[in-house]
Amino acid sequence: MTNLWMDIKHADVITVMGGNAAEAHPCGFKWVVEAKAHNKAKLIVVDPRFTRTASVADIYCPIRQGTDIAFLSGVAKYLLDNDHIQHRYVAAYSNAGFVVKEGYTFEEGLFAGYDPEKRDYDKSTWDYEIGPDGYAVVDPTMQHPRCVMQLLKQHIAIYTPEMVSRICGSPQDKFLEVCKTIASTASPDRTMASLYALGWTHHSKGSQNIRSMCIVQTLLGNIGMLGGGMQALRGHSNIQGLTDVGLMSNLIPGYLSIPTEKEPDFTNYMGKRQFKPLRPGQTSYWQNYGKFFVSFQKAMWGEKATKDNDWAYDYLPKLDVPTYDVLRGFELAKQGKMTGYVIQGFNPLMSFPNRAKMADAFAKMKFVVVMDPLQTETARFWENHGEYNDVDPASIQTEVFELPTTLFAEEEGSLSNSSRWLQWHWQAQEPPGECRSDIEIMAGLFTRIKSLYQKEGGAFAEPIVNLTWNYATAHSPTPIELARELNGYTLAPIQDSAGATIPAGKQVDGFAQLKDDGSTACACWVYSGCYTEKGNTMARRDNTDPGDKGIAPNWAFAWPANRRVLYNRASCDPEGKPWSEKKKLIEWNGKQWVGFDVPDFGPTSAPEAGVGPFILNQEGVARLWTRGLMRDGPFPTHYEPFESPMANIPFPKIKGAPAARIFKSDLADLGTAEEFPYAATSYRLTEHFHQWTKHARINAMLQPEAFVEISEQLAQEKGIVKGGWVRVWSKRGSLKAKAVVTKRIKPLMCDGKAVHVVGIPQHWGFMGLTKKGWHPNSLTPVVGDANTETPEFKAWLVNIEPTTPPAGAVA
Amino acid sequence: MNVQVSRRGLLKGLGAGLAGGSMGALGFGALEPAMAASVRPYKLAQMRETRNTCPYCSVACGIILYSLGDRSKNARSAVMHVEGDPDHPVNRGTLCPKGSSLLDFVQSETRTKYPQYRAPGTSEFKRVSWDFALDRIARLMKDDRDKNFIAKNGDLTVNRWTSVGFLGASATTNETAWMTYKTVRSMGALVFDNQARV
Repeated sequence: MTNLWMDIKHADVITVMGGNAAEAHPCGFKWVVEAKAHNKAKLIVVDPRFTRTASVADIYCPIRQGTDIAFLSGVAKYLLDNDHIQHRYVAAYSNAGFVVKEGYTFEEGLFAGYDPEKRDYDKSTWDYEIGPDGYAVVDPTMQHPRCVMQLLKQHIAIYTPEMVSRICGSPQDKFLEVCKTIASTASPDRTMASLYALGWTHHSKGSQNIRSMCIVQTLLGNIGMLGGGMQALRGHSNIQGLTDVGLMSNLIPGYLSIPTEKEPDFTNYMGKRQFKPLRPGQTSYWQNYGKFFVSFQKAMWGEKATKDNDWAYDYLPKLDVPTYDVLRGFELAKQGKMTGYVIQGFNPLMSFPNRAKMADAFAKMKFVVVMDPLQTETARFWENHGEYNDVDPASIQTEVFELPTTLFAEEEGSLSNSSRWLQWHWQAQEPPGECRSDIEIMAGLFTRIKSLYQKEGGAFAEPIVNLTWNYATAHSPTPIELARELNGYTLAPIQDSAGATIPAGKQVDGFAQLKDDGSTACACWVYSGCYTEKGNTMARRDNTDPGDKGIAPNWAFAWPANRRVLYNRASCDPEGKPWSEKKKLIEWNGKQWVGFDVPDFGPTSAPEAGVGPFILNQEGVARLWTRGLMRDGPFPTHYEPFESPMANIPFPKIKGAPAARIFKSDLADLGTAEEFPYAATSYRLTEHFHQWTKHARINAMLQPEAFVEISEQLAQEKGIVKGGWVRVWSKRGSLKAKAVVTKRIKPLMCDGKAVHVVGIPQHWGFMGLTKKGWHPNSLTPVVGDANTETPEFKAWLVNIEPTTPPAGAVA
Repeated sequence: MNVQVSRRGLLKGLGAGLAGGSMGALGFGALEPAMAASVRPYKLAQMRETRNTCPYCSVACGIILYSLGDRSKNARSAVMHVEGDPDHPVNRGTLCPKGSSLLDFVQSETRTKYPQYRAPGTSEFKRVSWDFALDRIARLMKDDRDKNFIAKNGDLTVNRWTSVGFLGASATTNETAWMTYKTVRSMGALVFDNQARV
């Protein structure tokens, strides 16, 4: 979230699209209800299903899954055609006037530089024209034919209300009502909050779904404002934290990146990470990359990382492919190229697409380790559970370890929520049986491997035996010891910005004190400030909220630098005065920035200096057009899902998203609309959390049995009765469930053709206390978003028919 | 451990104050002790309170865990009740259908309790010791790393290990995440991911 949960109360319009907060984030959704009740906010819900969020909406507009970009591009076109944009904001705070290089084109659905063999682009023309002064050329009048504003207008010209309706199946009048309501927030004192979740990310163009709304929000001047922003409602309690701390193949904590093998040395690596400002005087905060990187290397390898050895640059692995994400990991396993998998609190057999492929991949590995507080299906992929897991254990040669772990009530530590708050929690009970914390298990494994290397030697042992390990008890580091490393500390005396000397061995106050000369260590720069010399700021419990702004600045710690609303400089006009007194966050008092939040800006940088509010960006402004930063294009474009009931109307030659990632064998596993005519989607129910709560008695009673949800019309066509058993199948697999025949799903009229939606909730398996069932991953295709490799779980094709119950099930 | 004011303790204190103070002032005299004795003590008042956050979605509602056991020797603490934390600025004491039933998650009968091992080709898990499990996994990992570690690709130093994969958990703490990150990365592992996509 750019903002925070309580901040939603300030919104005048709230759009929930790509999510269902009322059911998936109920206590956060209460702030939407608060905004409706006390701020007269209008709630817009755009969703293929009439969800419980939709049930309290002022405007509900149906949409076919996988067509959000067409819808939102249509909204952006409406704003521009009808002149409902916040002009000063767009002119001063966006790249609308930036002139794009010659050679950049967009024709028949493809940007310049496409290579169909590689399914990838040469992005060299996707950049600004650079002037003789070395900076990007800007036309403040926005009239230059190659400036971003003109290119945007051209790019979205096709998304007329008629076209939106043909593609999305949204009735034109509803679509226009949505446009009109969103447009009302173009005025400086009105804001819209955009709430989204996996309904936007689970697509082959998920990142571009989000980009589409970023464009709308930037045109309206809603970023950095109270009650505005882009609110990513993360799915799990600490998936924000896992991402911040960089548990991905290509990340170093704090959104730094693992080198590729084309960056053979530190100089080369840093050369590509200079982040020089693209406009005069801009902050371009990533210029500090070297300080964060060197401090990370020092946190890892201490005195073994020196200037002379390029801060132990060779200790880091180098990538030969963009990422080794899970989809690639299990593709390699299926090909017999993986020896083992170590799985922490994760149930991939019931989470990743194409379960048959997952099961095959698991059975090909020599060993699988599962660390979990619950008995998962993954740990039992080799066990026969009849129709629900029809395998032959004797033929599976995998060694499997199930290691019992503690859960939240039995440990202390911090979790990062959607608002970027790091909140500390405390232990309330002893773990049952022999459960151990994940920290103790990982430390136990590591210390064993390290001593094997010390005893026996082996492949490149240095980074292992030299890893910083200053814990009082080597096999069981404490959460506090680890939190102190995340915050960062001095290794030699340093000078802070005020000139004061901080001695060696002290916790730093924040990332502004980090150095690139080896005098500081910091595991995750964005978390710096979480455990200072003053103590554990994540454990703070002062809920005082000055001005009733919904900020509560002394509750826990928010990254970065305890800032609660990102880009908050943009809440003021270029002169430093709040756009709206009612929505005041910070302001310039003649000497410095003051207010309710930590300024996202140089604290004494005067407005007349002309520094842009988006200080992380080299441009200093928000991007309507993203240069070469996205793999699949600088503007979002409508592409159909890889399995779609329709052809791409504006670009009929293009199937799927041109740069999305799909492996060859998975391409062969795609079905067609002739064979599989219905548009399927997956989702959560409010009574369950993924596959965890099927192990909790009350939840297992509340929603005991798997079902699929279909319209009355489809039920009638197929002879399916309420509560009857149905079989749903795709090119990749089949499942059985009971039918819920509902008015919440209705056929969508797309280009004159009725499209039927089949909804498949995702909470059942063959372990736990519910009745046994299947997860939609038995059916879903292995397709990854071009930028994030997120699987396309929200839009694929199935067929459906009435069937007999599975063996042992009650009819 | 920080000092936490017990909400139930506070209520209990207020109740005692009522019996000994204002009612006396109203002239009920000898009735007071009888009255006080007839009030059944509130069970939760005997419990220890611990501040925690809900482990499910990313709203991260504040919760209060009530547990038996006062930390004295041989007293095993056990969570007996969970409720929303009214001091928490986001949920202000409320919980959803998932958070309200957290007790059943903590006490689930299908929790893992002991390390288990399934040998190749067999059809059941067998209980094993932690030492057996960790020694064996360490051996398997080291043997594979020594065999498949890629130090060079042509002239390029690449120092990567891509034949054992790691998946991080979405409900573990940031501190666990860092412990996992540093140990996994120190081995040069690249097949490394988390639940951000599902």
